[in-house]
Amino acid sequence: MGKLISKIPDGPLAMKWTNYKASVKLVSPANKKKLEIIVIGTGLSGAAASSALGELGYSVKTFCYQDSPRRAHSVAAQGGINAAKNYQNDGDSTYRLFYDMIKGGDFRAREANVYRAAEVSNQVIDHYTALGVPFARDYGGTLDTRSFGGVQVSRTFYSKGQTGQQCLLGVYSSLNRQIKKGNVKMYSRREMLDLVLIEGKARGIIARNLLTGAIERHAAHAVVLATGGYGTIYFLSTLAVNSNASAAWKAHKRGAFFANPSFIQIHPTCVPQLNEFQAKLTLMSESLRNDGRVWVPKTKGDTRPANTIPEEERDYYLERKYPAFGNLVPRDVASRAAKERCDAGYGIGETGLAVNLDFRDSIKKQGKEVIENKYGNLFDMYKTITGIDSYEEPMRIYPAGHYTMGGLWVDYELMTTIPGLYAIGESNFSDHGANRLGAASLMQTSGDGYFILPNTINNYLAEEIRVPKISTDKPEFIETEKAVIERINKLISIKGKHNASSFHKRLGKIMWDYCGMVRNEEGLKKALTLIKEVKDEFWRDLNIPGDSSDLNQELEKAGRVSDYFELAELLVTDALNRNESCGAHFREEYQTPDGEALRNDEEFAFVAAWEYAGESKPHILHKEELNFENVEMKVRSYK
Amino acid sequence: MKLTLKIWRQKNAKAKGNFETYKMDNVSPRMAFLEMLDALNKMLVEEDKDPVAFDHDCREGICGSCGMYINGHPHGPVPAITTCSLSMRYFKDGDTIWVEPWRAKPFPVIKDLIVDRSAFDKIQIAGGFISVNTGAAPEANSILVQKKKSDDAFDSAICIGCGACVAACKNASAMLFVSAKISQFALLPQGRIEAKDRVRAMVEKMDEVGFGNCSNTGACEAECPKEIKLVNIARLFREYYKAF
Repeated sequence: MGKLISKIPDGPLAMKWTNYKASVKLVSPANKKKLEIIVIGTGLSGAAASSALGELGYSVKTFCYQDSPRRAHSVAAQGGINAAKNYQNDGDSTYRLFYDMIKGGDFRAREANVYRAAEVSNQVIDHYTALGVPFARDYGGTLDTRSFGGVQVSRTFYSKGQTGQQCLLGVYSSLNRQIKKGNVKMYSRREMLDLVLIEGKARGIIARNLLTGAIERHAAHAVVLATGGYGTIYFLSTLAVNSNASAAWKAHKRGAFFANPSFIQIHPTCVPQLNEFQAKLTLMSESLRNDGRVWVPKTKGDTRPANTIPEEERDYYLERKYPAFGNLVPRDVASRAAKERCDAGYGIGETGLAVNLDFRDSIKKQGKEVIENKYGNLFDMYKTITGIDSYEEPMRIYPAGHYTMGGLWVDYELMTTIPGLYAIGESNFSDHGANRLGAASLMQTSGDGYFILPNTINNYLAEEIRVPKISTDKPEFIETEKAVIERINKLISIKGKHNASSFHKRLGKIMWDYCGMVRNEEGLKKALTLIKEVKDEFWRDLNIPGDSSDLNQELEKAGRVSDYFELAELLVTDALNRNESCGAHFREEYQTPDGEALRNDEEFAFVAAWEYAGESKPHILHKEELNFENVEMKVRSYK
Repeated sequence: MKLTLKIWRQKNAKAKGNFETYKMDNVSPRMAFLEMLDALNKMLVEEDKDPVAFDHDCREGICGSCGMYINGHPHGPVPAITTCSLSMRYFKDGDTIWVEPWRAKPFPVIKDLIVDRSAFDKIQIAGGFISVNTGAAPEANSILVQKKKSDDAFDSAICIGCGACVAACKNASAMLFVSAKISQFALLPQGRIEAKDRVRAMVEKMDEVGFGNCSNTGACEAECPKEIKLVNIARLFREYYKAF
C-alpha cells in the first residue's frame, strides 16, 4: 500500500513550511509564461489560485458553471474567517489555532497541513484587507473580531453575516485584475465533465459549454480542482442547489483517491424545512450562538408560544450538558444534541424537528441596537423566509448538511494521487479532520488558493518546462471526449418519466436517514441496498426533454445526480468501514455511556483513501496513518 | 392555492418569445417562488415538455444568479429581497402571475428567463479592483479605517450583481451597480490610490457595453434587493468629475 506518499517535510512542526519554501524548486518568469494551468471553480480557493498564479506569470484558464465567477458558493459563507492575529491579547497564537483545529477535527487531520493553514491565516487577513474587503472595525479604526464555536479565544474576522460574500468579491476582484492583464482567461458557464490523462499525468479537461451544448477540449500542464464540497448529496443542504461533486468524482474515476468521504458536517443552526418542494435549507450563521441561547421546553410536546414559557420550564440543554463551552460547543456536538432532544420528544413546531435559538437575554443585556449591528442581516433573512421577527421571539433552528471534510486525497503539496492534478479548498480532504471548526473554511480555502498552491505547484511545473504546449488533438483527448458524449447520450436516451431532481430527492432522503448525523451498521447496509434500487430506477426511468446541443438544465442536473449515486455508495462504504465515532461521524455502536463519541485511536487513526477499481468493482482502501507528534490525542471534551 | 402563471418562453436569443399559460394547483404558501417553478418544471418534464429555464443557485439571496420580472417588478412585488427569497405567502388563491426575463439591451435573453449579464463582468474587469499582488499586503492593522467609513463601504459592497437595477431603469442604466463598487473603494484608504483611473475605466466600459445614462427616477434604488442607496450614484459623479 505504498501509494500514499504525503511528502510532509522534515523538521519541527513550526519550521516545516518555512523549510519547504526554502528548498522547493522554482520556475523562472520566462518559463512560467509558457506553462498553462487549468483551474476549475471560482470560489475562494479557485479564484484566489487563478489570480495568484496569474500574478506569477503563468497562463491560467479558469472555469465555472455559473454565469459569472462572482456567484461561486463561497459567497454564501456568513460568520467569518479565522486568523491567529491575537489582536485581542487573549492568548491566541498559530499553535493555539492549529491545536483548536486538530482537536475540533477529533484528531483525524494531518498535523503538518493544519499547522500550515494556521500559519498562513494572518497573511490571508492582510491580503483581504489590502484588497478592500470591508471587515468589521472598532472605533479606533482597527479590525474587530468575534468568537466562534469550539474555541475560547476571539479570532474570527467578519463582515456582518456576509463574510463569505465580501471575501469572494475580494478574490473576484483580484481575478478580474488578472483577466484584464491577460494572464487569466475566464470560461464561464462551462462544466468540467472529465479529466484527460496523458502518460499518467493530468493534461486537460473535457468541458461542456452550458449555453450551446458544445463539448470542448482544453489542455494544460497542470489541472487544479477547486470545486467545493458534496453536501448536496443530501438534496436538502445549506449548499447552492447546483453545487456538485462531478468534477471531483470524474477525477476520482481517473485515478485520484477519495479520502474520508463519510466525514460530513451537519450544521446545527439552519432554518427547518417548511414544505415538500423545499430546494434547500438556509443556514443561520453559527456566530448567532455567541448571543443566542439554545433551548427546548422541559415538558414534552409543549405547544405554548416560546415567549410564554417561563424561565424555570426551559431546558438550556447545551449550557446544562457542556458548561465550559455552553452554546459555543463545536457544530457536531450541537447538532447531535439538538437531534437527541427532538428524538426524545422535546422538539418544537409542527414537525417537532426544531429547537429555539433565543436572543431575549442578549437584547436585554446589550440592547437591540448592538444585536442588530452584529446580526441584522441574519435576522432580516430569517424573517424573509419564515415571517418571524427574532427580535421579538426565538428563531427556530434544526441541523442540516453543510460542509464536507472529506474530499480528494492530497499530499502536503495539495497534489492528488494523479501527477499534475491538484485539489484545493473544500474539494480536498486535508485540514479539517472529522469535523471543521467554524470560520476555518474561509481561512483554509483562501490560504490554499493564495499562499499554498502557488508555492507548491512550482515544484511540479519545474519539471515540465520542456513540455511544449499540449495539443488537444492527441488520442487521449479524443477518447475521453468520446466517453463524455456517450454518457450524455445514454442519459438523454433513457426517455422515462421523471426528472433528475425527483431521484436526487429520494437519494438525499436515504443519505439523511441512514448516513446523516447518526449512523449504525444495520442502517448503512440498508442504505446500500436502497441506493442501488433508486440508482437502477434512475437509469430506467429518467426523462430529459430536449437534446444535448442546447442549453439544457435537466441534462446538467441528471449528470450530477448520476455521479452522486456512485459517490453515495462510497460514502456509505466509508462510514461502514470506520468502526468508531469521531467528529461528525457518529456510529451508534461506538459511544460513551453518556452518549458522546467514542474514538478508537488504536485502529482508526488513519485517513481512509479510496481507490476506484473499475465499474461495479469494490473500491480499494489505502490507509494513511496519522502521527501526532505535537499534540496529545485526548478525548475531545467540551464539558 | 390555485394559480395561473403567464411565463415568457423564448427558445433562444434569436427566437421570438411569447407568454405561455400554466395552471398550478396545490401551491403551498410556505413554498418559495422558485420552488413553485421547480414544481412546475417537474410537471412539465413528466409531460415530456421543455421545462422553463431560469438562472438560480444559492437560493438564499446572496449569489445574485436569479432574477426575473414578476408582476411588473424585478424580483417580484416584495421590497428588498431576491426572487429566490420571495415566499408564496405573498400571493393569494386565484392569482394570475406574470413572469418575464430582465428586459434591457445590454442583457440579451439567452433562453426563457435567462439573460446574458456578462456586461457586468466586463465593467468589473475594467477597473473593479485594488492592484495588490498576493504577498505584498501590509499588516492589516497598519492602515486604520474609520468605523463609519468602513461600515459605509460595506453597505455599498453588498451588491450581488443581479441586474435588477438595470432591469428597473427605463434607460437600462447600470449606474447603481457601478457606483456601488466605486463607492466601496472610494471610501477606503486602500482604494483611494487608484480612484481616478478606476472610475474613468469603469464608466468608459459601462458606456461601451451599452448601458444608458442615469434616468434620475430612482427606480433602481426602489427595486434593489440589497437596498443599495442612490447616494452611491451621487458619489460616482463626484468621483468621476474629480478624475479629470
